Amino acid sequence: MEIGFDYTRSLGPVLSRFMTALAERRILGCRGSDGRVHAPPLEYDPVTYAPLTELVEVGPAGTVVTWTWLDRPLDGQPLDRPFGWALIRLDGADTAMLHAVDAGTKDQMRTGMRVQVRWAPEPVGHIRDVACFEPIGGAAPASPRSGVDPVTMVTTPIHLRYRHTTSIEESRYLRGLAEGKLIGQRCPACGKVYVPPRGACPTCGVPTVDDVELPDRGTVTTFCVVNVPFPGQRIPPPYVVAYVLLDGADIPMQHLILGCRPDEVRMGMRVAAVWRPREQWGTTPQNIDHFQPSGEPDAPFDSYAQHL
Amino acid sequence: MNRAAVLGTGQTEHRTRRTDVSMAGLCREAIDRALADAGTDWSDVDAVVLGKAPDLFEGVMMPELFLADALGATGRPLLRVHTAGSVGGSTAIVASQLVQAGVHRRVLAVAFEKQSESNAMWALSIQPPFTMPVGAGAGGYFAPHIRSYIRRSGAPPHVGAMVAVKDRRNGALNPYAHLRQPDITLESVNASPMLWDPIRYDETCPSSDGACAIVIGDEAAAEASDRQVAWIHATAMRTEPTYFAGKDHVNPRAGYEASRALWRAAGIIDPLEQIDAAEIYVPFSWFEPMWLENLGFAAPGEGWKLTEAGETGIDGALPVNPSGGVMCSNPIGASGLLRFAEAAMQVMGRAGEHQVEGARTALGHAYGGGSQFFAMWVVGTAPV
Ligand SMILES: [Zn+2]
Repeated sequence: MEIGFDYTRSLGPVLSRFMTALAERRILGCRGSDGRVHAPPLEYDPVTYAPLTELVEVGPAGTVVTWTWLDRPLDGQPLDRPFGWALIRLDGADTAMLHAVDAGTKDQMRTGMRVQVRWAPEPVGHIRDVACFEPIGGAAPASPRSGVDPVTMVTTPIHLRYRHTTSIEESRYLRGLAEGKLIGQRCPACGKVYVPPRGACPTCGVPTVDDVELPDRGTVTTFCVVNVPFPGQRIPPPYVVAYVLLDGADIPMQHLILGCRPDEVRMGMRVAAVWRPREQWGTTPQNIDHFQPSGEPDAPFDSYAQHL
Repeated sequence: MNRAAVLGTGQTEHRTRRTDVSMAGLCREAIDRALADAGTDWSDVDAVVLGKAPDLFEGVMMPELFLADALGATGRPLLRVHTAGSVGGSTAIVASQLVQAGVHRRVLAVAFEKQSESNAMWALSIQPPFTMPVGAGAGGYFAPHIRSYIRRSGAPPHVGAMVAVKDRRNGALNPYAHLRQPDITLESVNASPMLWDPIRYDETCPSSDGACAIVIGDEAAAEASDRQVAWIHATAMRTEPTYFAGKDHVNPRAGYEASRALWRAAGIIDPLEQIDAAEIYVPFSWFEPMWLENLGFAAPGEGWKLTEAGETGIDGALPVNPSGGVMCSNPIGASGLLRFAEAAMQVMGRAGEHQVEGARTALGHAYGGGSQFFAMWVVGTAPV
C-alpha cells in the first residue's frame, strides 16, 4: 500500500531567510544568546528560549566532525552511489549539520577532512539546494547570486509504502470473499458476531474461534450521503455510505448503496449485495461492488436500534 | 491530592492558513501569551506537556523532537500526549496531574495543529485493506451517527442550524476565532450546501491552523498570583474501544462515565444548575444536543430542547461555547485545550466580549478518535 502527500511548509521569519539564502547559494546560521552560531539556524534559543533573529553567513566549506559510510543508498537520499553521512561544522559555525559527502570510497573519508558544498544545478529555496558536500580540491562551489524572491513556503512530498500483514482472521475473511462468502466470528462469551472477524472480542477480551458464514443481505442501520470531494477520494461523489447490518451479525459494516436515488435510502431499508463478475474476484472486500435495495419491507427500528 | 489552578492562558489567531509562522512560531505565539497572562516567565516553568493529534496531519513524526527548543523544553521534562481529537483536553489533565501529584510547581501545557500543511480529510480517510474505501473524513464518519441521533430523539431538523447560528455569532465576539459571522441566520445555514447529508457546510467546523497554551500552578503559585485564577475542581478521562458490537455512538459509555465521575469529584449534583458556562467539543453542530445528554445536562433524547429553547445561548441557563467553540476554530490538536482554556478564562473573568456574566464554575470538554476518548474538567473561581 502507499500513502503520500505533498506537505506545504510555512517557514516563518528565520527559516524563510535560510531558504531564501539557499536559493542565492549562501548558507545562513544564527547567533545564539551565548554567542554560538547554530547552522542550520534555530528559531528559538536553546538556552534562553528567546526568538533568534541574528543570521550570519557560514561556509561554504567546513570540517567533518564525525561520519559513517553508506554502501547502499535508498531512494530519496542525496546521492545514488555509496557516500559518507557526516556531521559537518561549516566555517563560522559552532554546531554541525548532517549531510552527505560524495567522497567516492570509504577510505577517502576521515574525521577532520575539509569539505565544501556542492550546489544543486538550479537552486529554488529548498534544503535540497545543498546537493551534498564534496572533498575540497576540485572546482570551487558555484558563486552566490542575488535577486532571488523571498521564499516563504517549501513543499515536502512524503510517501509511505508499506505492506499490511493480515491476521489469521483477516486472511480467512479475505479468502472467504474470494469464494463469494462473508465469514464472521462469534464471541464465545457474549455471543456477538463480528464481521470482519477480529480474532478477539473487543468487549470481552477473549479469543473468538467460531466462524460464522453470513448471508449477503441485511439492513441499513444509518447512513450519510457524501457530497464533498477531497484528495485521495476513491469514489466520485455524490454517493451513499451506509452501515449495513448483515442478517445474523452484531456490528454493521460500511458500504456503498446504489440502485436507487440517494434520497430514497432510509434507515431500516433492506439491502442485498451486488457482487462483481466472478472473474474479477480477489481477496478483497471490493468483490462486493455495492449493496442495493432488496425490495423487502423495511426492518422495524427496534430490530437494529442496538446496532447503529 | 494537591490543589492546582490555571494561572494563565494564551491562544493564536486561528486561521485557515497561518503561512506567516512555522509550527514552532505558531506554538510560541500561544505560549508567549500564556506566560504573559500568567504573569510569569520561563524561569518559573518546571515541565512542558505537548498535545498533538495524528502526525499525518503535518507529516512530521514526533514533532516534539524538533519543537523542543521552541517549547522551552531544553533542560526540562517534556511529555507528548496523544489521544486524537481529545488530545488538547488530555494534555491539560496530564499537566494538572503533574502539579496535583506534587511533582512540579508550574507546568506549561501546549497543543497545536497546523492543518494547512496537509489535508485533514485525506489524512482521516486512509483505511486498512480489509474494509471498503468509503471513508470521507470526520464528517463522513459522524454524519450517520447524527442521523441516528435525530431519529432516536425526534429532534426537529432546525436544531443543528440553531447551534451553528449561535456558535458563529458567539465567535464574532471572540477576537481569536477563525470564523466570525455576526450576520449568519437560520436561512443562510439552511441554504448552505449539504456536505455529508445530514450535515450542511455551515454546520461543520472549519479546518484551522492554531495553538493554545496554559500555565498550571500549585496552590502557592496560585496564591502568589495577583489576578483571579481558575482552580481545577476535578478532571476525568475515559476510553472505550473504537468500534464494537453495541457501541452507542449517540451516547457513548466512556463519555457518560467520565462525566459522572467528573461531577462526583467536583461535588456537582445538578450540572445544569451548578455549571455557569460550558465549553463542549462540538465539531458538527448536532453534537451540542448529543453531548448535553451524554454529559447529563439533559435526559437522553431531551438535549435538543435546551438548545431549541435558547438555553445554551450566552444569556441562557447554560451558555455553551460562548467562545464560538470548535464550530468557529478547529486546529484539531489544540481544539480540546482551547475548550479547557476558555472554561478557565470564563471563571477568571478574562473572556472579554464573550464573558458569561458572573461565571463561577465552568466545564471544559473534549472527545476524539471516533468518540473513543473523552477528557473533561471543572474549574472554578474558588478552590475546593
Ligand atoms: Zn464478547
